[in-house]
Amino acid sequence: MATLTLSAVKKQFGATQVLHGIDLDVADGEMIVVVGASGCGKSTLLRIVAGLETPSSGAVLIDGRDVTRLEPADRDIAMVFQNYALYPHMSVFDNMAYGLRIRGMPTAEIRRRVGEAAEMLEISQLLDRKPRQLSGGQRQRVAMGRAVVREPKLFLFDEPLSNLDAKLRVQMRAEIRRLQKRLGVTSLFVTHDQVEAMTLGDRLVVMHQGRAAQVASPMEVWGTPADTYVAGFIGSPAMNFLAASISDAGRSASLKAGPTLPFADGARAGADGSTITIGIRPEHVEHRPDGADALPLAVELVEPLGSETVIHGRLPGGESLVARLPIAAGHIGETLPVRLPPEAWHVFSAEGVRLPARAAVPA
Amino acid sequence: MRDTTAEDLALARATERRQARSRWLAHAVLGLGVLVFAFPIWITLVGSTHDVNTIGRGDVPLWFGGEAVANYVSAWLTGGAQTRTTLGVPVWLMLWNSLNMAVLIAVGKIAISLLSAYAVVFFSFPGRMVCFWLIFITLMLPVEVRIIPTFEVMVNLQLTNSMAGLVIPLVASATATLLFRQFFLTIPDEYVEAAKIDGAGPLRFFKDVVLPLSVTNIAALFVILFIYGWNQYLWPLLIVSDKDLETVVVGMTKMIGSGDQQNEWNVIMATAVLAMLPPVAVVILMQRWFVKGLTETEK
Repeated sequence: MATLTLSAVKKQFGATQVLHGIDLDVADGEMIVVVGASGCGKSTLLRIVAGLETPSSGAVLIDGRDVTRLEPADRDIAMVFQNYALYPHMSVFDNMAYGLRIRGMPTAEIRRRVGEAAEMLEISQLLDRKPRQLSGGQRQRVAMGRAVVREPKLFLFDEPLSNLDAKLRVQMRAEIRRLQKRLGVTSLFVTHDQVEAMTLGDRLVVMHQGRAAQVASPMEVWGTPADTYVAGFIGSPAMNFLAASISDAGRSASLKAGPTLPFADGARAGADGSTITIGIRPEHVEHRPDGADALPLAVELVEPLGSETVIHGRLPGGESLVARLPIAAGHIGETLPVRLPPEAWHVFSAEGVRLPARAAVPA
Repeated sequence: MRDTTAEDLALARATERRQARSRWLAHAVLGLGVLVFAFPIWITLVGSTHDVNTIGRGDVPLWFGGEAVANYVSAWLTGGAQTRTTLGVPVWLMLWNSLNMAVLIAVGKIAISLLSAYAVVFFSFPGRMVCFWLIFITLMLPVEVRIIPTFEVMVNLQLTNSMAGLVIPLVASATATLLFRQFFLTIPDEYVEAAKIDGAGPLRFFKDVVLPLSVTNIAALFVILFIYGWNQYLWPLLIVSDKDLETVVVGMTKMIGSGDQQNEWNVIMATAVLAMLPPVAVVILMQRWFVKGLTETEK
């Protein structure tokens, strides 16, 4: 159990800057999920923490000890790989015991630790098998077992669930979370799957082009995304972005789609007429059969999901809008009256950075 | 649905006839192939069971004679020396020499290739690709091309007429290095990384992971290299003049005299049969591994 600190970690491969200075403080026992699209540098970050890559500059501290120049084996970490990386010619027991044997641990102690881990992961009956005789979920458990027996300071997970089918993924996700809570081991979990990120993490690091776009709890990331990238990345279907400009001395936004509506939470800085982006999540778009404050949405595609309906359409002015309505509604070609409630707006500047409300302007 | 008409029946029958014809043809071609390959071996096998005069007269017998035991005993113990041979080395000794040479070449080649391929694939050191290409280029230089300088080197090292001189120049193998390199490239990087995190050093990783994964490849290569070593002719002919180091492939040709001597063809053929047995045994014993190593990509 330990803390992890990254300070200004940068990485360059040749002329390509992959990481532009990452700072992160992970508390003891915390589960941090690093999430981002492919190529955002999240795997590189994990590999730097593991010691499989050396940062171009910056430092990695585990439990206050600078491990930047140490070999992976000397960092007291354990890693679960995407394809598990179980040695194919070794039995499950040997796979789990290998690292301990290399450390010269007494056989009795190895047997005890592997036995306990196997018990906990419910793979005791598989210890004599070879990896190829196991199903995907079982291999996953063995890979976790291999990490657990080490009793490391840090767990590193490199997209460990992406080779599993959807159902198993949900199940293993919950299991990883339970296991991590129970053992209380500080963990870094890399994934491209936002649902995995939201459900697993105590905090998320949303990575974008080698930078940490936002570091916050899942609900904060969802509720107050720091920029348009985070806003669009977290949430499914993705957030709608509508062009608008500031008006009414910062108190209202004129939507390109038509209406001028006042901000619900207060005025924004900026001259009237300056460009902003209004973000609204599909689930916050309201269907208004009575037509009050409504905009006409020309329906282009309807996706019935049973409990709700996802409607893709176009607003006046040609911007597309996705709405997730709790009713069965809409036909292709129909015009649906919808309302974009200002209290659910996310306001971003022209550069895509979140624009918070100024102190409330007296009316 | 329409009933089957007489026309359809005729078509079906024609198809059947055509299939039967092509099946017959395929078997005929296969049979012919077997005959072409097997006939010389059959002649040798049969020839080794007749007395010296039958073949000496110019007959080519197609069925076994009654001298098998005598011929094989003579070949095994004396190499047919009791009558008119020019060599006089017992076949057991030549087989023993050949076996030593072939096993040493195969094992040596595998050991060196494994290590050099391991270095080229898993380590990045300056000049790595240069090393690889230097090894690769030697593929284009078979023993025959570099035989004179090699011979001189061996003479200067005073290794003529020794097992070392017989084996060492044949041990370095670009082909095996290349094969192992290709196989090592298919080993996922994650194994290397997992081993690093487990704390295994390079040699430990080689011993615990790379070597066990290469077993089928090693077996397949052993078969090929054993036969390669066993069949060496030119180099042993040059480097060895000591009769105690005679190998069976060279020795056999030396048993065929020149001029007006009468050759003991019966004994020579018995020797040929004996010389065939060890490679056949290796292939049969390692067949399962051999096929696995050539076809299977275990993941």
